[in-house]
Amino acid sequence: MLKAAGPDTVMVVPACCTSILQGIYPNTAFNVPVYNIAFGAAAACASGMSNAFRAAGKKTNVIVYAGDGGTLDIGIQAMSGAFERGTDFLYICYDNEAYGNTGMQRSGGTPMGAKTTTTPTGKTDAKKDIDRIIAAHDPPYLATACAAYPQDLFRKVQKALTFRGPTFIHILAPCPPGWRYPTEKSVEMGKLAVKTGMWVLYEREYGKVTIGPQSKVAMKKPLPLEEYLSPQGRFKGIDTRVVEILKQRIAKNFQRLAAEEEASA
Amino acid sequence: MKKIATGNKAVAEAVKQAGPTVVAAYPITPQTEIVEQIAEFVTSGQMPAKYIAVESEHSAMAACIGASITGIRTFTATSSHGLLYMHEMTNWAAGARLPIVMANVNRSLGPGWNIWAEHTDALQERDTGGLQVYVSTVQEAYDATLMAFRIAEHNNVLLPVMINLDGFLLSHIMQPVDTVELGDFIPAIHLPHAIDPKHPAGYGTLTGPDQQFKFRWEIERSMRDSVKVIEETEKEFAKRFGRKYGFTEDYRCDDAEVIIIALGTLGKEAEVAVDLLRNEGIKAGSMRIRWLRPFPKLNLKGKEVVVIDRDYSFGFGGIVANEIKAKTGASLYSVIAGIGGQEVTYDDIAGFVRTRRMGEEFWFGVNAHV
Repeated sequence: MLKAAGPDTVMVVPACCTSILQGIYPNTAFNVPVYNIAFGAAAACASGMSNAFRAAGKKTNVIVYAGDGGTLDIGIQAMSGAFERGTDFLYICYDNEAYGNTGMQRSGGTPMGAKTTTTPTGKTDAKKDIDRIIAAHDPPYLATACAAYPQDLFRKVQKALTFRGPTFIHILAPCPPGWRYPTEKSVEMGKLAVKTGMWVLYEREYGKVTIGPQSKVAMKKPLPLEEYLSPQGRFKGIDTRVVEILKQRIAKNFQRLAAEEEASA
Repeated sequence: MKKIATGNKAVAEAVKQAGPTVVAAYPITPQTEIVEQIAEFVTSGQMPAKYIAVESEHSAMAACIGASITGIRTFTATSSHGLLYMHEMTNWAAGARLPIVMANVNRSLGPGWNIWAEHTDALQERDTGGLQVYVSTVQEAYDATLMAFRIAEHNNVLLPVMINLDGFLLSHIMQPVDTVELGDFIPAIHLPHAIDPKHPAGYGTLTGPDQQFKFRWEIERSMRDSVKVIEETEKEFAKRFGRKYGFTEDYRCDDAEVIIIALGTLGKEAEVAVDLLRNEGIKAGSMRIRWLRPFPKLNLKGKEVVVIDRDYSFGFGGIVANEIKAKTGASLYSVIAGIGGQEVTYDDIAGFVRTRRMGEEFWFGVNAHV
């Protein structure tokens, strides 16, 4: 992500796993400035920063790097405001579908049926479709990505930073301790999410929707959802009725995106 | 130049002259006029700033934080619930050592919905690490706003400064204001820890138990250093523009036997009460506290003190009275008056002094005068 962005970049990071990954003061593991800010404030902070840089005639990339909790839940108001105001920034949400730092509590990004420490028998509500909420703000560029496809992610970050105005990238980030599968299966989990249709790779550029080739394949012939669910401890013992609901949602989501792609072609 | 203006307009005029690069704000009664006026200045090209019309006060302060850390001048304004909603971020601004200047129009807290003057909003911010000044006239609102930028941005301070003016009693009252030719009174901002991609650093990273207290102490050290900066700034202001200010405004205190202390417009009203009491042979004086953070050194030895609090800490007492008591050990009569805009006249204030019972608390309108 930072390789794609280049050195003239500032990251704005709310409370999330990246708060920890930087290391402990006085050290930092990042080679760009990282501004840490309170949980619900990343987009607003970035909004002020971007305006200040532009006022000073600087083109410095301002990138919010936030988790699903900081984006879909506590940060949604500030984010909506920043997108509505046309802030010149890139907002990246890396989504592991729960509050990881605090030990895996449910978030708006947790899928139905997944067990977390606050949904011990599985979440009864559906995952919030933040991408449609962002799309309603009509940003110049929006994309989904997955950590299992790093080249695709690299290209999307590079592309997002060519636009003026607010852009958004939503990354599915498989999480071994949270999803309860062996670490070495992370790439496989990401790929299975895409191949089963639980995660769809697409871009939305000035309203034009393009579904990624990997998801195109999945749309034609999705792998059985069980192949994605069964290796993950968080879905252990999931009710077959919930699996049916998830399958229906996958089919509906594919239909909707295909229609949007066709309509915007 | 002499003008007639409301407190709000005077603040906006001072902000225009101070020339922040970014203003981020959200409307709230009775502060709205400040940000409307600034938006008008920006739109009409009188003020070359970016005006970010954020979606909440929490975001207003967060946007100021993000802007300020790039090394530029920032301003915001709020009131009451807006200030409380901002509270997490006001702490952050001070901790991040950002010289953000803010006007707060003091207003009561709900429920019920009451838009009138009270100081409990700002007093709930007193432990954040920001400086607080309370003003009593439109002229003072203007002057204090200009000085706030110079004080906040001084490299021995680098903390937010909040200018407090009473809702409606000052925000919407028209009084004469003499504007100044600012010249170089506010030097160009230089933020030593401004973000620079050429010199990457982590800001606000994980900080262990072996380090955090050092950062907290640095705030306190700067708060103590700010005393001198405030004094120097007010002295320089007086030299250049002829108007004198201090940590307190003392009126007929020298030979006074009883001193009235209050914040804001009540403190000004107390001066009229002092004249009234002096005519009756009561040796009264008024010591209006201007700077609440850093807290002033008060010389109250041998005096009786009547403190009027337009605020309250439930289960404890009048906030200003108890701060004075803690710092000076003064014997005082604590009056709670003016809450939610309750009318308090100079006659009422004189009455508090006449019927004072040292060591006791008196809720105006609730308890009966003796």
